[in-house]
Amino acid sequence: MKGWMGKIRTLFLLSLLSLLLSGCGKENLTAFSPKGYGAEVSLNLIIISLLVMIFVFIVVMVIYTIVLIRYRQKKGQEDFVPKQTEGNKALEVIWTVIPIILLIIIAVPTVSATFDLADTTEKNDSLNISVTGNQYWWHFNYGEEEIQTSQDLYIPTGEKVYLNMMSSDVLHSFWVPTLAGKMDTNPENENTMYIEAYEEGVYYGKCAELCGPSHSLMDFKVIAVSPEEFDQWVEDMQNVNPDATPETASAQEGQALFENSCLSCHAIGSSPTAVGPNLTNFGDRSKIAGVVDYSKENLVKWILNPEEFKPGNKMSGNYSVPEPEEAEKIADYLLQLQPSEVTPESATE
Amino acid sequence: MSTTIEQNKGFGATLWDYLTTVDHKKIAVLYLIGGGFFFILGGLEAMAIRIQLIKPANDFVSAGFYNEILTMHGTTMIFLAAMPLIFALMNAVIPLQIGARDVAFPFLNSLGFWLFLFGGILLNASWFLGGAPDAGWTAYAPLSTTSPGHGVDFYVLGLQISGAGTLIAGINFLVTIINMRAPGMTYMRMPLFTWTTFVVSALILFAFPALTVGLFLLMFDRLFGSGFFDASMGGNSVIWEHLFWIFGHPEVYILILPAFGIFSEVLPTFSKKRLFGYTAMVFATVLIGFLGFMVWAHHMFTVGLGPAANSIFAIATMAIAVPTGIKIFNWLFTMWGGSIRINTAMLWALGFIPSFTIGGMTGVMVAAAPADYQYHDSYFIVAHFHYVIVGGVVFGIFAGLHYWWPKMFGKILDETLGKITFWTFFTGFHLTFFIQHFLGLMGMPRRYWTYGADQGLELGNVISTVGAFLMAIGAIVFLYNVIITTIKGDKVSGDPWDGRTLEWSIPNPTPHYNFTQIPLVRGLDPLWIEKTEGRKGMTPAEPIGDIHMPNPSILPFVMSLGLFIAGFGAIYQIDNPIWLVVLIIGMGITFGAMFIRSVKDDHGHHIHKEDLDKGAGL
Ligand code: HEM
Ligand SMILES: [Cu+2]
Ligand SMILES: [Cu+2]
Repeated sequence: MKGWMGKIRTLFLLSLLSLLLSGCGKENLTAFSPKGYGAEVSLNLIIISLLVMIFVFIVVMVIYTIVLIRYRQKKGQEDFVPKQTEGNKALEVIWTVIPIILLIIIAVPTVSATFDLADTTEKNDSLNISVTGNQYWWHFNYGEEEIQTSQDLYIPTGEKVYLNMMSSDVLHSFWVPTLAGKMDTNPENENTMYIEAYEEGVYYGKCAELCGPSHSLMDFKVIAVSPEEFDQWVEDMQNVNPDATPETASAQEGQALFENSCLSCHAIGSSPTAVGPNLTNFGDRSKIAGVVDYSKENLVKWILNPEEFKPGNKMSGNYSVPEPEEAEKIADYLLQLQPSEVTPESATE
Repeated sequence: MSTTIEQNKGFGATLWDYLTTVDHKKIAVLYLIGGGFFFILGGLEAMAIRIQLIKPANDFVSAGFYNEILTMHGTTMIFLAAMPLIFALMNAVIPLQIGARDVAFPFLNSLGFWLFLFGGILLNASWFLGGAPDAGWTAYAPLSTTSPGHGVDFYVLGLQISGAGTLIAGINFLVTIINMRAPGMTYMRMPLFTWTTFVVSALILFAFPALTVGLFLLMFDRLFGSGFFDASMGGNSVIWEHLFWIFGHPEVYILILPAFGIFSEVLPTFSKKRLFGYTAMVFATVLIGFLGFMVWAHHMFTVGLGPAANSIFAIATMAIAVPTGIKIFNWLFTMWGGSIRINTAMLWALGFIPSFTIGGMTGVMVAAAPADYQYHDSYFIVAHFHYVIVGGVVFGIFAGLHYWWPKMFGKILDETLGKITFWTFFTGFHLTFFIQHFLGLMGMPRRYWTYGADQGLELGNVISTVGAFLMAIGAIVFLYNVIITTIKGDKVSGDPWDGRTLEWSIPNPTPHYNFTQIPLVRGLDPLWIEKTEGRKGMTPAEPIGDIHMPNPSILPFVMSLGLFIAGFGAIYQIDNPIWLVVLIIGMGITFGAMFIRSVKDDHGHHIHKEDLDKGAGL
């Protein structure tokens, strides 16, 4: 099935979609050019059902056009009374039976794909990561590896990675369109899905369930790296010493300030504290809080007033706001938290 | 209805007349005004949404306010615009179509309207009282249970009150259609609009209680500290999703089936041909109504119900496409071989066919669960349901209004303006929503206040907003048309379209008692049958006699007002128990009015046969 599906897909994407839009969205965000197993399965089903439906649409439109051309009332025929047909058994059977057959064509792959994507037989032999959706950020806990991160999810390419998802507050939905379809995070039960990335890269993720004012500002990233790089990253993360002294004096002061007023929510290292995002590898990120452009200037602004960037976030009002000079120092400290050579940049090289 | 007698009445008298009326024709006008008002409100909210999204990182409205707007847009359009507008048409038409002098429970009919209106006003009062609800029209817990302020409380109580009105209206039509058909009108001779109203009333009867229960639980969680949907107290938020969609999915059929009914009247009339496959159409309607209750979890494919549940609901959902397809083909073959006249009503019906077919196609596509993992809660879904709700329901309402306007108001809406409305609205609609299918799959989730400049989503959003402006222009032209027709339009005969069903046998204006003599129905399309046999009108089924009509009453208004007041008490008692007094006063007013209604004998009045042809009671 893969072979001819692939061909149809290329043909299809080339002709129809690229005609309609200049490109099909941003690379690694769009669901139109999948680079992961789940997204590929979904797209195949999208194409099968769309082709069947386009066939139906064409049939409808052909009849529609003929009717409108042939049976418009003509001048001088105002008094013409057409034959009052009651119906036609044969026709009615046809347009009942053919749609049923068409639907079976869609239903069979639907059911098989549904079970395929819910398959958990390999779960115990695979990498398992706990995903927690929070207003308005994502937390990732690599249980066995004892690693905690937030916002950036690192996974190895070419293998199934099981994500066990929950929410700490309201509903959210974990969506990385280029890698896989979405799955909700609920507060009362754990949902499991797997993702498998075919290629290295940085994939864009979004929250897809209304969760409050900053619902549209809950972006995250999946960073898929080669299995070797992934092992390297795991080792680097495990070796982080949360109390290591930074090099510059400013960062050292920043560290002290951070420990005073931030550590109650933000952990560094593998501490399970997760009231706010874990910042162990903050220096390796490419966005602040998922959406803000990464720069020291913005980071200082964030520390002074997060509300400006993410309305309704749970940091605002829950910490003692530092003086601007202090914020500079805290920023210096955070920016140098770069535990690993394996970063979003290395994944895109 | 707007007879000379009425026009000479003072404003106060007319107002009193409408506040107390139990006449289905006047209640139709009330529903039309109420629904029309909320349609404009919902439309303004939609424009605010599209303006906000016209460019990336826009700040036309703030994030929190945006959520209020999007919540109120959806809630208003479904509960306060589409439903009442459909009730307007049902009220205007159903008694006439089945040959009845009024509905079965005229008093309840009025109560249903006032409950809807006061519920809608209560909900919208939130705008001025600290902020509207902001948890989406679906009000998913825990967002809805934890949303600060009183917005969601207004949602709960406003919908509870207007929902009661809907339930009452549904029961009323159910009984009316079962009991009050003219002699000879068997079930299989009922016009399709009557059939769809009948099925929809049954759907209301079974679907709305699920909403009522859900809203009650939500109310207890928010106002009285219970934890039905609170996981930390042993509750479960997914239960709200089930309750909401057990109501919510039938609700979309409650909206679309009457539209199907309208098209099934308009297409035969303007093709001069009997509806093709009438029996199949009836069974398709019933089947859609029935299956509509078995598919709710297709809104919950990503909730984690497991592959077995997802597969079952996927297949059940696809099954609905079969009866829907049957309908599309029957409409096409109604026109086949006919003599098609294209006027504005017919244009809306013709525009509906391709638009709704696209909505049905994407319906089957979203039913494929693993594909829906991508579509779900993205702009693709926004596109899908606007194709069915706008391309189906709103087009249907427009078709129905143009078609029955001469029956309701004695005048034909201006054709030129009507065509301008159609073409701007139709073009705008496809511009707005077609592109959203792509936006969704390009990674734009729904209910997004903003999007980044670097995400390839700009072009699609600009196109969509431009389309929305075209739709707004179309709607404005329609309003203008209504005003200009009311002022200048010429009176027409009782049968301006060469109609086929009973309502067109009634002279213009429709008398207060509808039929001087109840007609005898001799088949499907009874008026058409009489016409083909050379008669001018219907054969009466009874001799001319006294006509019994119900009396007007202010009590429905008072009962609804009481609940409206009680609503404020319930919402604010959580801040200060003194508000319990307001709650009690409000309930007291309602119960008092109910008590009066129960003990006071009101047998209605008779119009004597000697007075009938003098136009008494108009
Ligand atoms: C062929 C018929 C239809 C099918 C197969 C179908 C299927 C679906 C599915 C599977 C969804 C859920 C998608 C998701 O959120 O992931 C959906 C959403 C929706 N559909 Fe349909 N649908 C059909 C017709 C209709 C009709 C006739 C209406 C209304 C008149 C309608 C209104 C809606 C609405 C309002 C939603 C979204 C609700 C929300 O999430 O707020 N659909 N439809
Ligand atoms: Cu969200
Ligand atoms: Cu549904």
